[in-house]
Amino acid sequence: MIHSLFLVNASGDIFLEKHWKSVVSRSVCDYFFEALERATEPENVPPVIPTPHHYLINVLRHRIYFVAVIQSEVPPLFVIEFLHRVVDTFQDYFGVCTEAAIKDNVVVVYELLEEMLDNGFPLATESNILKELIKPPTILRTVVNTITGSTNVGEQLPTGQLSVVPWRRTGVKYTNNEAYFDVVEEIDAIIDKSGSTITAEIQGVVDACVKLTGMPDLTLSFMNPRLLDDVSFHPCVRFKRWEAERILSFIPPDGNFRLLSYHVSSQNLVAIPVYVKHNISFREGSSQGRFELTLGPKQTMGKAVESVLVSSQLPRGVLNANLNASQGTYTFDPVTKLLSWDVGKINPQKLPSLKGSVSLQAGAFKPDENPTINIQFKIQQLAISGLKVNRLDMYGEKYKPFKGIKYMTKAGKFQVRT
Amino acid sequence: MTDSKYFTTTKKGEIFELKAELNSDKKEKKKEAVKKVIASMTVGKDVSALFPDVVNCMQTDNLELKKLVYLYLMNYAKSQPDMAIMAVNTFVKDCEDPNPLIRALAVRTMGCIRVDKITEYLCEPLRKCLKDEDPYVRKTAAVCVAKLHDINAQLVEDQGFLDTLKDLISDSNPMVVANAVAALSEIAESHPNSNLLDLNPQTINKLLTALNECTEWGQIFILDCLANYTPRDDRESQSICERVTPRLSHANSAVVLSAVKVLMKFMEMLPKDLDYYGTLLKKLAPPLVTLLSAEPELQYVALRNINLIVQKRPEILKHEMKVFFVKYNDPIYVKLEKLDIMIRLASQANIAQVLAELKEYATEVDVDFVRKAVRAIGRCAIKVEQSAERCVSTLLDLIQTKVNYVVQEAIVVIKDIFRKYPNKYESVIATLCENLDSLDEPEARAAMIWIVGEYAERIDNADELLESFLEGFHDESTQVQLQLLTAIVKLFLKKPTETQELVQQVLSLATQDSDNPDLRDRGYIYWRLLSTDPVAAKEVVLAEKPLISEETDLIEPTLLEELICHIGTLASVYHKPPSAFVEGSRGVQHRRIPPRAGSVESAESPEVGQSGSSEAPPAVIPSQGDLLGDLLNLDLAPPTATVPSVQPSMQMGAMDLLGGGLDSLLGGDIGGSPSMGAGLGAAPTVMPAALGGAPAVGGGLGDLFDLGGGVGMPTGFYVVPKTLWLPAMKAKGLEISGTFARRGGIIQMDMSLTNKAMSVMTDFAIQFNRNSFGMAPAGPLQVLTPLSPNQTIDVSLPLSTNGPVMKMEPLNNLQVAVKNNIDVFYFSCQFPLSLLFVEDGKMERQVFLATWKDIPNDNEAQFQIKDVHLNSDAASNKLQGSNIFTIAKRTVEGQDMLYQSIKLTNSIWVLAEMRVQTGNPNYTLSIKCRAPEVCQFVYQCYEMVLKN
Repeated sequence: MIHSLFLVNASGDIFLEKHWKSVVSRSVCDYFFEALERATEPENVPPVIPTPHHYLINVLRHRIYFVAVIQSEVPPLFVIEFLHRVVDTFQDYFGVCTEAAIKDNVVVVYELLEEMLDNGFPLATESNILKELIKPPTILRTVVNTITGSTNVGEQLPTGQLSVVPWRRTGVKYTNNEAYFDVVEEIDAIIDKSGSTITAEIQGVVDACVKLTGMPDLTLSFMNPRLLDDVSFHPCVRFKRWEAERILSFIPPDGNFRLLSYHVSSQNLVAIPVYVKHNISFREGSSQGRFELTLGPKQTMGKAVESVLVSSQLPRGVLNANLNASQGTYTFDPVTKLLSWDVGKINPQKLPSLKGSVSLQAGAFKPDENPTINIQFKIQQLAISGLKVNRLDMYGEKYKPFKGIKYMTKAGKFQVRT
Repeated sequence: MTDSKYFTTTKKGEIFELKAELNSDKKEKKKEAVKKVIASMTVGKDVSALFPDVVNCMQTDNLELKKLVYLYLMNYAKSQPDMAIMAVNTFVKDCEDPNPLIRALAVRTMGCIRVDKITEYLCEPLRKCLKDEDPYVRKTAAVCVAKLHDINAQLVEDQGFLDTLKDLISDSNPMVVANAVAALSEIAESHPNSNLLDLNPQTINKLLTALNECTEWGQIFILDCLANYTPRDDRESQSICERVTPRLSHANSAVVLSAVKVLMKFMEMLPKDLDYYGTLLKKLAPPLVTLLSAEPELQYVALRNINLIVQKRPEILKHEMKVFFVKYNDPIYVKLEKLDIMIRLASQANIAQVLAELKEYATEVDVDFVRKAVRAIGRCAIKVEQSAERCVSTLLDLIQTKVNYVVQEAIVVIKDIFRKYPNKYESVIATLCENLDSLDEPEARAAMIWIVGEYAERIDNADELLESFLEGFHDESTQVQLQLLTAIVKLFLKKPTETQELVQQVLSLATQDSDNPDLRDRGYIYWRLLSTDPVAAKEVVLAEKPLISEETDLIEPTLLEELICHIGTLASVYHKPPSAFVEGSRGVQHRRIPPRAGSVESAESPEVGQSGSSEAPPAVIPSQGDLLGDLLNLDLAPPTATVPSVQPSMQMGAMDLLGGGLDSLLGGDIGGSPSMGAGLGAAPTVMPAALGGAPAVGGGLGDLFDLGGGVGMPTGFYVVPKTLWLPAMKAKGLEISGTFARRGGIIQMDMSLTNKAMSVMTDFAIQFNRNSFGMAPAGPLQVLTPLSPNQTIDVSLPLSTNGPVMKMEPLNNLQVAVKNNIDVFYFSCQFPLSLLFVEDGKMERQVFLATWKDIPNDNEAQFQIKDVHLNSDAASNKLQGSNIFTIAKRTVEGQDMLYQSIKLTNSIWVLAEMRVQTGNPNYTLSIKCRAPEVCQFVYQCYEMVLKN
């Protein structure tokens, strides 16, 4: 199983190590550093690196490499999933997952890692169980602890670990009982230069924030559950009921959790909410190129497209860009050649555009590659797949909870080729 | 306010300060001090000096402090074993604590103290905890058994913990079951043969029940364990599949992939006409696609596994091509994997889309990726015939971009396309020629030269083009040099009149000015061919080439099957069997997909049936009796059969095989005249055309061939038909059958190497273990061309007998190691002793008599040879062929007494008396030798020779 964990920061220093079995010398990370050096970009480091006696499996999150060391045949996905869980837990506990935050809370970090893995076997990875064992640091608690000498570590057996619903602790009490669900969809798409869709798919999630007293049993039904043919559930969802009736029935964890994630594949028709008109051309022998970009909404069901951000990696030969934005602001970084344009909201009456010229290095050849345009946007109150929640019911408890559902569509990896 | 303050103490005397704080009376101060110690430990500072002080803090009611001290203990117990004993008492006490959290914590920490002395004290508390009433303690104790096993395996077995652990599989709590399975799996990894996880339908049922209720990590352990089970029949297989399928919807990708593994393995057993089979296939696609929307690291692992799944069952993802389209900001490792899968999924239905994508990729920034994309276009052309034309025009478009590395890659793949579709796309040659000057990579240059040579008749200025390359001949890489040589010879054969000078120039460059033996050999053979028989030369050099195969880079089926059983593991990421790289797993079990129940399907999936039991029957090729027979046979062979199958890699074209032949010819030449046979024997099937011209050889360099003329052997040495030595099953697809022969005083090992795998084999080499007679290869194994799938090649290896000697049991046992690019394989075979009978084994009569008397009678052995229908003269003649010489013959009372002598290579003399009674098919044989252990084997030779 997982032998050791090293945390490496962006400048290549190991700032934390944890061993669950015998101690593995940190020199094992040299192989990782070699791979890091070879990689052109920080994210191009291969996830699995073999060394003579160990395997290094790493993930890069928040500019920190989490490098796990394994010695025997362990499913790499198991390790990667676990590392993600570590990141999530840190973020949950400290708000952010940065080197500074980890260093500030090193004792808690150590306690957490110790609880999460035993001899390399996962022990407690559910956030609510961990929080019973080790209380998250808050300023108030730190002050209180210093004065009273009490500790962050819970005295009680984490009851949830033994019950049949390990994800929920017992004895939850709220004065305001509320359950919120966010349906968030991300569109991943590749649009070719003529504007037709090469591939488009939707990654959707239903995130929940449930603060309900006692042991509520919820059911959630959709208007069009047909859309959901490729779903992954939180362990709390009763799979049989879904198979039979297409109803989500579950005892929710306390607090924030991801109820389900789904995938609407490219074989279904996916609506594309924005279009881009572009004209980027370089002429042979000239040191100038033309750059024109216009954005417009399409298939948005009347909802506004907001927080639009366009970015594009211009060819290496580009020296500078001299452009005019009809709205928003643009920046061009002459070192990384990254052009980004913060558009804001798209007004269908007056389409935003970015026009002007780019200058090339004198005497340089016409660039071979065509820049790809990356677009980010948000549409409130719309799930682009058309998914709609029908109703939410609660059983097992007497009170009336407050319920709320929100929809949002975002761009995932939304790319337009030119 | 934060913990970072613990890091700030860097001044000297820090340890001293901490020591004081640890011994403070104030609880709070103590705790702060321990925290500081832990912080120093995390950053790798050595705080082991504080061991006794920290351990003193252990006796506390404060849980946090206890935990911190435990943390410290785990880290440093190893370096301070004597001190660590002090902690034992506290552990034993904590294991009885009323609070299960404390009990569990104690048992957990105990197992992490890797000190032998301590482990003994921990057995009792552990035993109690394994039977604890609280499941939380039990599940923690289960893991502790695995820890203990890691430290002291014998102790765990002696204490019977393994049985307790097995009992926990039937525990009522799913978490306990999951941890027990995990612990057992880990222990089993170091005990490949123990039946720790003895799976039967009852345990399987328990595991499946626990599967639904345990945590995601537990599900992974249980699924991985299930994958090792072999269901009894298809019904059981189906019911397991049904209960595993819901796991495909789990949010944890590791659970999903483990479930995919179980399903992929078990569905192999389901009859294909079953409705459920189809349903299952459909259910597999969505979760795999979903994995690709996860983080790049997960995607990478998923893609490596999908690569396997696509090769095994392309139908699952055949409609999902689009999800493999590359996004420009994917990490490079994801891009390359996606590209590979795209090619595997390419078919007539989606080729247009794929090509458009590939063309797009060819304009990206990353050079490696662009190169691979261009290659992919070529592979598509070869794979999907209908698309070839489009691929070629796409490649031409790319050549027009004039981007240097794109052009070079394009030319390399166009060469392959020409090979696959001859006489179809040659119109593009003109465009290619325009780019001649920009080529600077050897592979691209070689490809271009091949094209020019192959189509010399259509290129008006082919001679000029080739001549331009010739100027810097010695600066080129070997690949290019060889290609240039072949191309110019081709050109000469096509346009003999105007290129004579050119060909002479290149031949002299290759043969006289080059240090490279390959190049020289090839040059010589061309020279010879051209000077003796231009017609034969044409037949050889311009022979029609076999088509190149469509699929490349396929994983060999047996390996693929094993990898399918290891989906989700490191093995699946590296596409290598676990035995090949996992350290510490002493002998990994090879996993096999269970054979399908309904045999109706076996025709559809032959690889499954084959994997089960049947080995392919050994192909017995009776080897030719002697040199003359060989020559005659070769002469008769039609020239069309002469060109051995040529590899897709054109730089090792047909000519190389001939080069190899020549190599051994030359070798034979040096050894003196009788060894001619060895030379010819070396590559009998590969060079018939060359030999066809041999008798007519006149002057010049041709005298090499003349050597064959005078050599002849009186009678044939009896050669046993080839037997299967190394079955393909055991050698990753390499099958070796062979025999031994003695030809013209040289011992030869004749082998047929057959490639039954899917990929090309190269880099053959051979070695012998020390053996009784010091046999050793006298030269390298001459397999000069890569061995392509389903190809068989016959090689003859000359052996010497002056290698290292070690007595073997039996005496004539020979242990052989054969290496190729895939692995090293071992086998052993037995040679007939007659191999070692030398030609000058005829003893003087007087010497014979004296020796016979000299050898004590104890050393005499008597044998009966039954059912021989030969008279004594015929027998004597036959034996002489195997260097058993009759010295004298006496006839006494109707019995012929033959006195015979044999000399072995190590100068041991064997004397024999054979009594033959006319009309009686049974001979009596008495053998005398100073080394009596050989008698038995000499007798076997007699029997073998006389009966065949």
